[in-house]
Amino acid sequence: MKPAFSVIFFTTLSGAGYGMLFWLGLHYAWSPLPLSREFAAILFALALLLISIGLLSSLLHLGKPARAWRALSQWQSSWLSREGLLAMTSYAPALGLMALIWLGALSLPAQALGALLALIALATVSATAMIYASLRTIPAWHDWRVLPVYLLYAVLSGGLLLMTLLSLTGWRPASAVLYVAAAGLIALTALKLSYWQALVTLEHTPEPASALGLAPGSVVHAFERPHTERSFITREMGFVLARKHARVLRLLAIVLSALLPLLALLISHRLAAPAGVLASAVLAMGLGAVLERWLFFAEARHVVMRYYP
Amino acid sequence: MTALPRQPGKRQLGLVIDLDTCVGCHACAVACKQWNSTGSGGPLSDIDPYGKAPDGVWLNRVHSYEVAADSARGQPATTLHFPRSCLHCAEPACVTVCPTGASYKRAEDGIVLVDESKCIGCKLCSWACPYGAREYDEVAGVIKKCTLCVDRIYNEQLDETERVPACVQACPTRARHFGDLGDPDSAVSRLVAERSGRDLMPELGYRPTNKYLPPRPRRAAGSAPPAAETLDPQALPPLLRWLDRVLSR
Repeated sequence: MKPAFSVIFFTTLSGAGYGMLFWLGLHYAWSPLPLSREFAAILFALALLLISIGLLSSLLHLGKPARAWRALSQWQSSWLSREGLLAMTSYAPALGLMALIWLGALSLPAQALGALLALIALATVSATAMIYASLRTIPAWHDWRVLPVYLLYAVLSGGLLLMTLLSLTGWRPASAVLYVAAAGLIALTALKLSYWQALVTLEHTPEPASALGLAPGSVVHAFERPHTERSFITREMGFVLARKHARVLRLLAIVLSALLPLLALLISHRLAAPAGVLASAVLAMGLGAVLERWLFFAEARHVVMRYYP
Repeated sequence: MTALPRQPGKRQLGLVIDLDTCVGCHACAVACKQWNSTGSGGPLSDIDPYGKAPDGVWLNRVHSYEVAADSARGQPATTLHFPRSCLHCAEPACVTVCPTGASYKRAEDGIVLVDESKCIGCKLCSWACPYGAREYDEVAGVIKKCTLCVDRIYNEQLDETERVPACVQACPTRARHFGDLGDPDSAVSRLVAERSGRDLMPELGYRPTNKYLPPRPRRAAGSAPPAAETLDPQALPPLLRWLDRVLSR
């Protein structure tokens, strides 16, 4: 599948934003962070900015961006519509919680809004993942690991970003936070490695004979394509650049998005001022996430290519 | 609504394509392009049509394949011409993934259509289609697809014999048949039963309406090498026997 950069930036940037909102919401549902109201507002605003940039960039790949509002209508059947609706809805609890923190009203309503915000943030990222995971036409995406990987990327990149910003205030992560982050990064590595292993066996169904309505096992070669030049179908679905370099790129993606952040977390625990090390972890994870998302598209084969053997 | 019709209508209009008689002439593809470029659907745009890399939207594409000889089934190598277009599936994921409601399946005749005034051009439907039936129009910014010539088949301005899809009318070998596949007694349904018409990629579960008739098995003689020439002069009439003797000198 042809990787669309607008979609890659959308899923990584807004993923990080929803990850931040998830942790912020969870924290305020549990107990308020010891922050000035100004700094808390900055954190919320940054998360919403990341989300908004991502959402705007996703509009760029539309043929008719001015009609994008129509995409909110078919939530009963379409994951894309659900994603849009959840994305719009998430602003309400985020802004509401921001207002309550500003007013210093951190009692039950703020806790309830925090829990709601964490839930909607996870639901939005899940809807994004399900757009891809629900497509039977792209076997590499129709896989149970796609949803947890999207969630882990969002929660881990948003969490690392939040840790970096909090460390500027002199906040030190508790050991439990480090354990959770490390467990998440290790789970991400394991899921991606097992996903790439599974790609090997995913490739070959259905066979070309089934695509052409011939007897099973018939051996078919194309001797003439329907078109002399490339078409929308071969451009969009027949992208092949990444498979050639897949091994190196996969290794790079996992080193950047999991192993380097893990190392940075271990080092940061021993430092008095860990902001710099944590910031480099965020940068590595961001680059890793973009690369992983690019591979996610570029490595996936669409079944329509059975017609172009 | 992108929700599928709750009670799929009995009528399921569609095509039956005979892979035995299709000769790969592309007349169906050209007729489709002509009708849909000039009809109510607006132009199917072309980019650089007379230049070095022409590119454009086609709703019907004809592939040509070589099917290798199959000794187990006693079949020689053959050519296979394969027209590919929208199959108007009973469970079209292209419709259910549509976020805007632009894509829909009609309850009354099963035709899958795009309302171009609602389409936002997100291309997700083209990803959801296993048959490559939906193409994005770079100029219009929306998705185009086969309409089963909905502007012909119900068009009372046209002569009754012309109320069929343009591809069906254009086919010089009558390899394309149009009719109601929801009615088991229709001519197209009987043809499908007679010739064991097939669904494409049935394992994906889209339940296509259009059916493809597989090529008829070649007769065994077709694959045997031609017999060596023999001439028995004794079996010839006298005049030819004399000629044979003269020419054999």
